[in-house]
Amino acid sequence: MSGGDGEKVQRTIERVARESYGRLVAYLSVHTQDLAGAEDALSEALLKALTVWPRDGVPQNPEAWLLTTARNSLIDFFRHQRVVSDSEPNLLLFTQNSGEDPLETNYPDERLKLLFVCAHPAIDPAMHTPLMLQTVLGLDAVRIAGAYLVSPKTMGQRLVRAKTKIRDGGIRFEVPEREQLPPRLDAVLEAIYAAFGIGWDHMAGADQHGHDLAEEALWLARVLLEQIPDEAEVQGLLALMLHCEARRAVRRDRDGHYVPLSEQDPNLWSLPLIEEAEGHLADASKSGNLGRFQLEAAIQSVHAERARGRRVEWRAIVQFYRQLIRISPTIGRQTGYAAALAEANGAGEGLAVLDAIDHDAVSAYQPYWAVRAHLLQLLGKGPEAQHAYDRAIGLAEDPAVREFLLERRAQ
Amino acid sequence: MQFALLIYESPDAFASRKSDGSDAYTGAWRAYHKALVESDVFVGGDPLEVPETGTTIKIKDGKRGVQDGPYADTKEQLGGFTIIEVPSVDAALEWAARCPAASYGAVEVRPLAPQTRRRIVE
Repeated sequence: MSGGDGEKVQRTIERVARESYGRLVAYLSVHTQDLAGAEDALSEALLKALTVWPRDGVPQNPEAWLLTTARNSLIDFFRHQRVVSDSEPNLLLFTQNSGEDPLETNYPDERLKLLFVCAHPAIDPAMHTPLMLQTVLGLDAVRIAGAYLVSPKTMGQRLVRAKTKIRDGGIRFEVPEREQLPPRLDAVLEAIYAAFGIGWDHMAGADQHGHDLAEEALWLARVLLEQIPDEAEVQGLLALMLHCEARRAVRRDRDGHYVPLSEQDPNLWSLPLIEEAEGHLADASKSGNLGRFQLEAAIQSVHAERARGRRVEWRAIVQFYRQLIRISPTIGRQTGYAAALAEANGAGEGLAVLDAIDHDAVSAYQPYWAVRAHLLQLLGKGPEAQHAYDRAIGLAEDPAVREFLLERRAQ
Repeated sequence: MQFALLIYESPDAFASRKSDGSDAYTGAWRAYHKALVESDVFVGGDPLEVPETGTTIKIKDGKRGVQDGPYADTKEQLGGFTIIEVPSVDAALEWAARCPAASYGAVEVRPLAPQTRRRIVE
């Protein structure tokens, strides 16, 4: 066999793994209640594909081949462990289906259950997103560790611990009942949004496997919306992310310099994405069930008015921030509120909001210092502004942002 | 916990030391240092002179060996160190990510070894 064919097979395996990883892991783990075991079985199947496919050719249905191979190795494992019993109906069903059956080509999409497992209240909230990134999207621990700024070894250990807890802690792979759905859904939405934020802030561009976290998060939200179409906050989240995505490319100019939102050319924003966002937001508003993500999407929607040649209605943004702060007064929201209030009513009012925030809480919170510096500068308080700029520059991680602030400081 | 941030810098970064201090890299360092001090995590540290000023000594089989320049022959060179006091390695890594050298060279985060020190000093 030629090297070219080998590469082609390799690419096919990568593509199938990428497109089907989450679906396969979800299906396998729902039936075994063992996430780590399902992932191991799938890795084994992928490894086997690397030797078998170049020899025998790529199977007609590569996904079904992987599923059968992984499932057989799980069944072997369970037989070996003698854990198959009448008390485990899922597993029995799983083994009974091991013959040639239509499941192979049309197996159910269980990713929703997997999302709810990853964001289960018994799991450390800090691990919700890493678990999703690994099990639903197939990202490796090294890459996840980079995004979270922890060592790959530590992230690997945390992921293993979380999966052990899922297996041994009796966490069921199921979609919560109606009355439990809203709080459980919130955790799933938060985790997806966190993935988007990481992709947005720390992973400019896609990696060699074509993963782009922001896009993956959008895709997850779409999967969620497909399966839970009547929850307004799911649409709110999707609208919020689409609005941000519409501006992603414009955050830097051609030379890589940082461009703040207010100075971005709205003609460069993606109108189709903005319109899609607006559609979801309008659908969501029909429910009358206003939540955090709809409010944040609404703020972005006000900014997006500039794409239609209209001015930013800062008073509306101020109102949305007030509602957000009523839900929970995080320092991020208070900082955003201060910035919006300054635009609507003058820098002095914005600064008063900043002054009222607990000083210890913002000591290392970069956006607070950036907004503070800007408002002090507007108020003509030179030395204080310089000091705040220094803090904002010193706390910034992105060299483009640092340079932008250094220039502002010098003005 | 105390951690050392070992600052590895590129030739460009070392070259900026000859500037009048108005360049972006030096400005970023000035701000970063202030942020460390005002956030109450700074313990100590200093920049080192450029790598070419180093002299490396090795004694092998009782014979003195002296080499001009730094020990390791790498593109990025140790350019200084900062000791910080923070509650966890997570916080130390966050401060390392904010270090201007992380954007152009690399910053290694290493815990200080107080136990070893005690064994040696006592």
